Amino acid sequence: MITGFQKKIICLTGTFILFFSMSGVGLADYTYINISNPFLRKVPIAIPVFKNLSKNSMDAQMARQAADMLSDALEFTGYFKMLDRGAFLINPGGLAVKMPEINFKHWTVIGSELLITGAYLMNGNQLEIELRLFDTIKEKLLVGKRYKADKSDQRQILHRFCSEVIFHLTGTRGLFNSKIAFVSTGTGNKEIYACEFDGYHPEQMTRTKHITLSPAWSSDNKWIAYTSFINGKPDLFIRNLRQKRGAIVAKKGINATPAWVPGQFSLAATLSFSGDQEIYLLTGTGKIIKRLTNSRGIDVSPSFSPDGKQIAFVSERGGTPQIYIKHLETGEVTRLTFEGRYNTQPSWSPAGDKIVYSAMENGHINIRVIDIDGRGLMQLTHDAGNNEGPTWSPDASMIAFSSTREGLSRIYVMTSYGTDQRRLLTLQGEQSNPQWSSIIPNN
Amino acid sequence: MRKRIMICLALLLVVPGLLFFTSCAKKTVQSEPTLTQQPQQPQVQPESAQDDAAAILAAEKANQEELARQKALEEEQLKTAAAEAAEAEQSEAMVARNMFVNEDIYFEFDSYVLSGAAQDILMGKAQWLRINSDASVTIEGHCDERGTNAYNLALGDKRAEIVKGYLVNVGIAAGRLMTISYGEEHPVDTGNFEEAWAKNRRAHFVVD
Repeated sequence: MITGFQKKIICLTGTFILFFSMSGVGLADYTYINISNPFLRKVPIAIPVFKNLSKNSMDAQMARQAADMLSDALEFTGYFKMLDRGAFLINPGGLAVKMPEINFKHWTVIGSELLITGAYLMNGNQLEIELRLFDTIKEKLLVGKRYKADKSDQRQILHRFCSEVIFHLTGTRGLFNSKIAFVSTGTGNKEIYACEFDGYHPEQMTRTKHITLSPAWSSDNKWIAYTSFINGKPDLFIRNLRQKRGAIVAKKGINATPAWVPGQFSLAATLSFSGDQEIYLLTGTGKIIKRLTNSRGIDVSPSFSPDGKQIAFVSERGGTPQIYIKHLETGEVTRLTFEGRYNTQPSWSPAGDKIVYSAMENGHINIRVIDIDGRGLMQLTHDAGNNEGPTWSPDASMIAFSSTREGLSRIYVMTSYGTDQRRLLTLQGEQSNPQWSSIIPNN
Repeated sequence: MRKRIMICLALLLVVPGLLFFTSCAKKTVQSEPTLTQQPQQPQVQPESAQDDAAAILAAEKANQEELARQKALEEEQLKTAAAEAAEAEQSEAMVARNMFVNEDIYFEFDSYVLSGAAQDILMGKAQWLRINSDASVTIEGHCDERGTNAYNLALGDKRAEIVKGYLVNVGIAAGRLMTISYGEEHPVDTGNFEEAWAKNRRAHFVVD
């Protein structure tokens, strides 16, 4: 665990971390956040403005911004209730950032169960931050980290600490450092864009000047596959994001709906060169390995289980579009959805247990989630425009989707239980088709 | 046939005339309803068999003359029509081509079944393709905005393929027919109501 973490640190240029506490890491009993329904009760947390250790008073503003950034990132997860700073009882001598100076009664009296303190020092372009997470009731330090890096890496450092916090509280690394690709019409054409998990820093990734659809990240986030009409018809493009290389699958008919096999340089996609839309397994270079479905009529939109052994997909073999699951080793196919006459866009949870999809009923499209055994059907969006294209965050705690609830189609996020629905970002044009990446490794 | 009816009728009129030949000299006999359209329906005055025979001959002659006139008229009309057709040939080909391109095949929601009306339109398209045997066309499959765009891309593909299959079945070479699916990406009407959606669920023809 330490070795793995240190390896990552070495990769992040100019950054190092001193572990001055390892208490409880990896041994947490997750009493803070209830895993079975983590959003039922939000954990009250206090994040006071970081203590500015710099001489320069300008840096006090930066310390405040850093604290806000940390607070926003944690609030995004939906696990926490952020306590109002106006109610904090801060000693005239300034914020106490560590034990034994901290008076935990000052924090528990305002309802806080967790506290994060920060000490912020800017030295030229060099930034040093000490961050600590405390349990205010047990009066205990849970996570403590010290980061030193270039000023420009501040956001990354803060998100790394968030990741530590979430790991301590839930046992998963969270969704920080992940990205969301989506389709936007801002330029007048549908093009692929990507932003960070919280909507920050949207960037245009394709410049096809044609219709471009359905982005799909490889699980190492180094490749993206999408469908584009750049050559006049729907072809599949497989592109390396760093180097200028890739492949095009341009068979007769449609070459669409790519989905990468978890952990592998291969992907599934819908091809119709045979005259019928079937799902095929392709190499990362676009060569057909084998056909995965075999049924007259439309088969489309594959999504892999996290172990890569099964796919969920859409088929109209039963007369209406429904979600099916195929076990790739046994070849066994089972129908998953029976409610409604139009169920499409399955996305298999990275936790493995659920599939989220969009269901059209009475002319409205809503997001639904169902256990892979067909039980536990739950509708997550209600009476708010059309809601489509759901995609899981890499830790399976959240779902991004597109919605027309405010008129134009925009990207929204919610927790996996449907709570805390909010717009992710606002850009020119309309946005749709979000695809959440894995956690981007630091390199 | 007409002649035989005429003769039978004449006999029907003449025989009672012969039986009661003085009693109803001024009486006119109404013709059968089927014969009311005959021009110059002879009003037979049954005075003598010879006169009757002469009347029949006269009537027949008049009738034949009339038929000849009609035939001449018809031939004249045909000639005029042919001349007009020849003159308008160029523009008519254009009209046919425009109709071929502009007349879309429509589908029900989430369906790629060809309706009777769709098949009628396709018969017309097949005819155009037979006449314009050097033309290659692209069949575009389109969907309305409802439903999801990945599924609609597949549905549009199905629509284009079903139209192509129909034309191949009626004898158009498959090599002349390309297909492409645009899914829901190119609506003709961006309205958010059934009338607009119905227009968008279509197969559209483009002459290459």
